[in-house]
Amino acid sequence: MHPVLKLVIQRLALGLLLLIAASVLIFVGTQILPGDVAQAVLGQNATPEALANMRAQMGLDQPASSRYFQWLFNALHGDLGTALSNGRDIATAIGGRLKNTLFLASVAAAISVPTAIFLGLLAVRYRDRWPDKLISAVTLTSISLPEFLLGYVIMYVFSVQLGWFPSVSNINSGMSLWQKLNAVALPAMVLTLVVLAHMMRMTRAAILNVMQSAYIETAELKGLRRFTIIARHAMPNALAPIVNVVMINLAYLVVGVVVIEVVFVYPGMGQYLVDHVSKRDVPVVQACGLIFATVYIGLNLLADIISILSNPRLRHPK
Amino acid sequence: MRGIPFSALLGMTVTALFFLAALLAPWIAPYGMAEIVGDVWEPASADFWLGTDNLGRDLLTRMIYGGQTTIFVASMATAVSFCLGSILGFTAAVYGGLTDQVMSRVNDLVMSIPTLIFALVVLSVMPVTLPVLILVMGLLDSTRVFRLSRAVAVDINVMDYVEAARLRGEGQRWVIFREILPNALSPLVAELGLRFIFAILFISTLSFLGLGIQPPEADWGGIVKENREGIVYGIPAALIPAVAIVTLSISVNLVADWALNRTTSLKGGRGG
Amino acid sequence: MADTLLDIRNLRIEATVYAPGEKPRNAVIVDDVSLSLERGKVMGLIGESGAGKSTIGLAALSYGRGGIRLTGGEVLLNGRQIRGASSATLRSLRGKEVTYVAQSAAAAFNPAKKLMEQVIEATLHHGVLSQAEAEARAVELFRTLSLPDPENFGKRYPHQVSGGQLQRAMTAMALCPKPDLVIFDEPTTALDVTTQIDVLAAIKTAIAETGVAALYITHDLAVVAQVSDEIMVLRSGKMVEHGSVQQIIEAPREDYTRALVSVRQIDHAEKAPAAEPLLRAENVTARYGAMSKDVLSNVSVELYAGQTLALVGESGSGKSTMARVITGLLPPRAGEITFDGKPLPRALKDRSRDELRELQMIYQMADVAMNPRQTVATIIGRPLEFYFGLRGRARDERVQELLDAIELGQGFADRYPAELSGGQKQRVCIARALAAKPKMIICDEVTSALDPLVADGILKLLLDLQAREGVAYLFITHDIATVRAIADSIAVMYQGRVQRYGTKTEVLAPPFDDYTDLLLSSVPEMEIGWLERVLSSRKMASAGN
Repeated sequence: MHPVLKLVIQRLALGLLLLIAASVLIFVGTQILPGDVAQAVLGQNATPEALANMRAQMGLDQPASSRYFQWLFNALHGDLGTALSNGRDIATAIGGRLKNTLFLASVAAAISVPTAIFLGLLAVRYRDRWPDKLISAVTLTSISLPEFLLGYVIMYVFSVQLGWFPSVSNINSGMSLWQKLNAVALPAMVLTLVVLAHMMRMTRAAILNVMQSAYIETAELKGLRRFTIIARHAMPNALAPIVNVVMINLAYLVVGVVVIEVVFVYPGMGQYLVDHVSKRDVPVVQACGLIFATVYIGLNLLADIISILSNPRLRHPK
Repeated sequence: MRGIPFSALLGMTVTALFFLAALLAPWIAPYGMAEIVGDVWEPASADFWLGTDNLGRDLLTRMIYGGQTTIFVASMATAVSFCLGSILGFTAAVYGGLTDQVMSRVNDLVMSIPTLIFALVVLSVMPVTLPVLILVMGLLDSTRVFRLSRAVAVDINVMDYVEAARLRGEGQRWVIFREILPNALSPLVAELGLRFIFAILFISTLSFLGLGIQPPEADWGGIVKENREGIVYGIPAALIPAVAIVTLSISVNLVADWALNRTTSLKGGRGG
Repeated sequence: MADTLLDIRNLRIEATVYAPGEKPRNAVIVDDVSLSLERGKVMGLIGESGAGKSTIGLAALSYGRGGIRLTGGEVLLNGRQIRGASSATLRSLRGKEVTYVAQSAAAAFNPAKKLMEQVIEATLHHGVLSQAEAEARAVELFRTLSLPDPENFGKRYPHQVSGGQLQRAMTAMALCPKPDLVIFDEPTTALDVTTQIDVLAAIKTAIAETGVAALYITHDLAVVAQVSDEIMVLRSGKMVEHGSVQQIIEAPREDYTRALVSVRQIDHAEKAPAAEPLLRAENVTARYGAMSKDVLSNVSVELYAGQTLALVGESGSGKSTMARVITGLLPPRAGEITFDGKPLPRALKDRSRDELRELQMIYQMADVAMNPRQTVATIIGRPLEFYFGLRGRARDERVQELLDAIELGQGFADRYPAELSGGQKQRVCIARALAAKPKMIICDEVTSALDPLVADGILKLLLDLQAREGVAYLFITHDIATVRAIADSIAVMYQGRVQRYGTKTEVLAPPFDDYTDLLLSSVPEMEIGWLERVLSSRKMASAGN
């Protein structure tokens, strides 16, 4: 077998293992910690009978391991259980919201990825001159603000003061794509700013790292043009680290979505998750946690695999 | 103070002012923490320098007390994450082998779930109290400190001077505290700053989501939550914590940058 | 002069130095250097580190690394001033009129591209030849440089060929566009000695066949004597002496040049083996972790009290592994080590404090062998404290005695390693080893990171200390000249085995086995025509091919 294929398969297997371990962790986090779920749902004044009923209903009288396998088995078959707070099917509730969340995240990614790479290149091209310093200062500030505050600052400026976009991002299936884009404009802008800073800084570092290699000097001493050097010698080697940076930041973006949805009252997974944490609705939290963790691990795994595939030493073994 | 660049000095001064204000909150705050002193959302005036909040409390007072809570929780969480992360990280690096493998893999596992999601999962079943918040934040963040301090210690551990100490017959205590720690200090101090900022942002986010500090206690994230309705009416009360958070974190960043630069110049300082 | 190719007049080069904790300051790296090179001639630039020789080499391309600037004088190439020329002008001559061969070809090749593409890139870019012609020329050069399978060599990626081959590929890359001048910047320094000789021979042949002019930069006078017509000696950015190869080697005018020529001619009389060895290793076999192959197999050597045993070999010969086994860092899989008549516990943790004290170690890189956060007093004082319980004044006095013994004297105790020069650092490491009053010191390539003159000083100090303190050395090195200077007995190591073992006279006298012959004959000698003589009389091909 080609060694690269072997490595990729190994990475995939490891990712799967990690996913299973993460699901155990999420399960353990909600089930075995000292807090009693039934107590948490019913409150301090619940009668012992009510508590016992609740525990039986939730299956809490069974051993933890069998509950875990039951939960995982059902989850793998698309059955995420029912919400404690309103008795609705979780999978149905999540379906539409997951789509909304992914829509918002993709819009943000579509804007931020090209922008970040362009700004990263710009910062390298004008290294230590004013464009580089300006970009660094702006990104430092936006890293220093929590996402939700950035959200309100942008809402205040673009919705309240300028009135360009709605402050609340309502979205439903009846809307046209243009209407949807208009609705998510502000949250997408915030998310873009949040990941842009990290992505741009990391892209800048990745390109600088390549540009300082001895083979770039070799190319320069061949009398090649700056542009040729970057396109022909730097790019093939910088691509892998940049793709890696993008993937890691997309994973980060998926988490940023949670808070931003709350700010803009956007009907997505994040809003749903936060609501049900407050309601102490454990099955919903577990389901959402599992989905977020899966996306996050998946993107990180993808980053790993891309960097394996792009390594010439692995692709062309001795 | 010679040799410290201006930016680092400025960062230190501002950071110190924030901590001082937090410590002296009851003496410098103009009103009581939960005291209703005026109308809802009054604009800034001589009586209320920053105006009043959604219940008519003085915003400057809320900000000062809020800073006290936020900075306290963040400091405690950072302390927890640092003590735990660096001790475990050093242990993993110095002992190596199976100990290192097991600790590193467990750490990878915890890091594979996004911090915020993990915190939300845990807080859905745990009571939201100060000790729980500090512990959850500290434990989750210690994974990052673990990774850094292990990496730094592994780098130092393979240096010939550490090997020389081992060949001399020195014990693990001497190796960790006299050979490794003094050389690992600068990157760890820089990381301390970054972790502290992260803790500030994190506790603010949790409070904003209603899962952090509970009212009527004040904290920066909570102030945003309480006053968010005002935004749509053009009342910027909710944005005031933004200024405080940005100022504090940029200041800490400036100090951390300086600490990190000192490390790199030390490494490159051959024959200097 | 019509045939002057490169004419450098009163060149001055400056750089901005960023020292820790200080404001950036300007430093003059090269000052008032002039040289002129005729078409088709080879000039050797020689000097120790910091002499500015690479910087001058790159100045011929009007290129400054990092913050280096050419601030004064003239650089005329083909009669045209190129210092301060426009970037378009520079681009048109770099890679066409002048090309460059770097010390580390492994880093200078782009890992993502095939060799052929990179070798002919400049030739195509400047329109010297068509694609097909360039490839044909590259194959021809590969053949001249005796690279294996020249037809297909270019189809490989840089990581798929060996270091010596890459260095030759880089030479092909430099020669391909038919330049007037090639700058060779220490092209063989990073290679093993038996590989170095092949690359050197290949470069020499290629220069002769293409008739190109060259600046050959190196710190090794013996190497440059083989390829150059004339030599310029540099020190701290200034010219010391300039002359023909013959004049420099046979009749140097300046003291500094004389010192460089007579370097490594220390000799000491060999001592006879005693009855009982201090250290005896019997059939030692060892490997790292889960590796499937032994790094050492059946190694048996003996070292007598107060004498020196040299372990000689190239990288991968297992000589440093032997040091790790003796110190207990790597317990052997088989075999036994006896020290002072008693068997030595295999693992470090089972050894007593006295056993540890009697066996000390000195490392190759003195830089990383000392904790940068400890002062010299702490570094030397700790063994005194640890083994003898010396504290306070008694310790300070002993530290000063040791500093005197390594010829450093007053005022060094409070310094940090970063404030010492390379040679001083290595001396402090020697003092730290001596502080333990050991019976034996393992010296692992202790002089190979140092400039030749500094290395000589260290060797002399080690010999003095041996005469005074009666300490035995296990001396690990790849450098035969060092071995001649210091050893009483020698073990030649090759692929984890002892290839040849005995007293110095026995090992260095013929008849040789094939490997020892190859190794000994590969060491450049300061003699014109040595290269040709050696190549015609060899028995074994080197490992580089």
